[in-house]
Amino acid sequence: MASHSHAQPVGGPLNKRFVTFMAIFLGVWAVVLLFRFIYGIGVVSGLTDYYPWGVWIAFDVVTGTALACGGYAIAILCYILNKGHYHPLVRPALLTSALGYSMAALAIILDVGRWWHIWRIPIGGFPDSFRYNWDSALLEVALCVMAYVGVLWIELGPAFLEKWKATSKSSALVGFATAGLKFYDKALIWIIALGVLLPTMHQSSLGTLMLLAGHKLHGLWFTPWIPLLFLISCVGMGYSVVVWESSLSSNLFKREKETSMLISLSGAMVVVVSLYLVLRLGDLIISGKTGLMFTSGWLSLVFWGEIALFAIALLILASKQRRSNFSNMLRASILLMLAGSMYRFNTYITAFQPAPGQSYFPSFLEVFITFGVIALEISLYYFIVTRYPILSGAPAEASAR
Amino acid sequence: MSIDRRTLLKGLAVAGAGAVAPVEASEKYAEAPPDAVGMLYDATRCIGCQACVTACKTANNLPGNRYNPPRDLDGYTKNIIRIYEGEDESSYMKSQCMHCIDPGCANACMIGAFKKREYGIVTWDPERCIGCRYCQVACPYNIPKFQWDTGVPKIVKCELCNHIIHDPDTGTLREGAMPGCCQACPKEAVIFGKYTDLVEDAKRRIAERPERYWGPDGEPKIFGLTDGGGTQVLYLADLSFAKLGLPTLGDEGIAKQAREIQHGIYRGFIAPVALYGILGLVIWRNSRQSKKEEG
Repeated sequence: MASHSHAQPVGGPLNKRFVTFMAIFLGVWAVVLLFRFIYGIGVVSGLTDYYPWGVWIAFDVVTGTALACGGYAIAILCYILNKGHYHPLVRPALLTSALGYSMAALAIILDVGRWWHIWRIPIGGFPDSFRYNWDSALLEVALCVMAYVGVLWIELGPAFLEKWKATSKSSALVGFATAGLKFYDKALIWIIALGVLLPTMHQSSLGTLMLLAGHKLHGLWFTPWIPLLFLISCVGMGYSVVVWESSLSSNLFKREKETSMLISLSGAMVVVVSLYLVLRLGDLIISGKTGLMFTSGWLSLVFWGEIALFAIALLILASKQRRSNFSNMLRASILLMLAGSMYRFNTYITAFQPAPGQSYFPSFLEVFITFGVIALEISLYYFIVTRYPILSGAPAEASAR
Repeated sequence: MSIDRRTLLKGLAVAGAGAVAPVEASEKYAEAPPDAVGMLYDATRCIGCQACVTACKTANNLPGNRYNPPRDLDGYTKNIIRIYEGEDESSYMKSQCMHCIDPGCANACMIGAFKKREYGIVTWDPERCIGCRYCQVACPYNIPKFQWDTGVPKIVKCELCNHIIHDPDTGTLREGAMPGCCQACPKEAVIFGKYTDLVEDAKRRIAERPERYWGPDGEPKIFGLTDGGGTQVLYLADLSFAKLGLPTLGDEGIAKQAREIQHGIYRGFIAPVALYGILGLVIWRNSRQSKKEEG
């Protein structure tokens, strides 16, 4: 894995103020969670029997995993389309993906009512095991996400093994790391292939899920093409996150920007976003729903807002001249992240209208719990990039290590 | 090279292991099972006494009392009577599980906590439920309810008093036994019976007094005969069912479409396995190429 050799830990002591703040925040979060687990979900959330899924599912899981598709998008570009020179982007993308998916898994545990039964899903129930309901798109999502969390951490394994091999004082750990790295040389291909296959399966199934909502999902969002729309848009979101993350980590940790690599990637995004828009609008027009675009009241506005975000991002990226400017590309990426997130929020919450007179708005504590999940993710990211070789690009300032 | 080929075969075997179970399922729930039982609620006979609400709570050992009646189905209420009041029309309306012929909840449920069982009764199994609430999203009638106020919640919905009417030892229906609500109703506004008998009964009532019942274009309608793929609980009323809170559904259950798409993508698990093989080969070729270039 010579291509990763210039990835280095950021190093240095952890920022005390940041650590203190996160520790206090996560402490309060833990207390709120205790309430949720003792007194029930209703105590801390605005969820109802009509709106059983709120921000925890729509944001933490559905949007969160799509934003965590950086690892997926980069793996496609690097390993499948063989743009080998994107390698420096792979590890940071994999780390945010691994963290994002792990946090989504955590959010699921917080969201489901009978969490102590979760272990029964992979074995198909207990004591009557292996009785899976293959009709259920959610089963596919659950199994796939569980597997993918594992695959992502395995894909990231070399970062940890390299560190241990180089610095560990325990000879057993060094031996383990050496053997592990040898194993990766042989097997990584098949792990990466799994890392591309699994998101293809479950990101589309996250769309399939809402097919069962039937008449409860507004016609502008309900379409048999929903699995493909979810799949295409998550690739765009994954790429955008890589751009945003590259910009952020270069500012925070004083790394060189991967500008030229990201710019050549953005050409592929023009194709992805165009495909999305053609399918999204084409399907509505062909299935005779053009009228709904204008006659659905405030949902029409929401719909056009969503389309506009995709379209503006596309306009920025479409011109080669515009997209070769990093700040333009960053702007387009942020628009794309918002667009994809909005599409998911609308499909799961805004356009979900289970019965007349019913509405949902998340409670303060419900949003607070979501913030806690994000805070935990940021803390872990900070800790790992400080200690382990994830980020590439020589520090712009001389490192004092 | 030889190692790579072996890895490929191993990979295919692992991916293939997942392929054992998927079955063709789109015709699974085309019509009610031959032994199906159900209920017929005739809103024109209902006097709104709510005896069925109390009887349901008693039969299912649920908390609550008649002096503080629930306003909607909830985590402790499986059956409810409500009133619709329009300008110069009104009607009572009963809500409980419709026991769909092709239930969305059972289609949604990951490891089969919701199941369409003997006699077509849709039941919930606490041992297989994770509390994910996908059933609530998937139910076109918003019937399954969740206990929001406890750390050990259950999903609650009418199971047609399966524990009363169905003898698990013999697997037969208990002679004369019926759901709590049907037992309590003083006007036989809701009755229990074999599905086919109920359909005939409803048709007979319509034939005898067509002017009593509502239907689109004046043609009296039995709600549930075809709606959403059909339900084992049937409704008659003298007002439009939309006013009474029932959704307007096509003749095909939504579960059927979802199943066709899901199984279309995953037919025999061929597509994922093939994709995995192709991905692996492409990556292998690419990495060999870049190794050559490097070294």
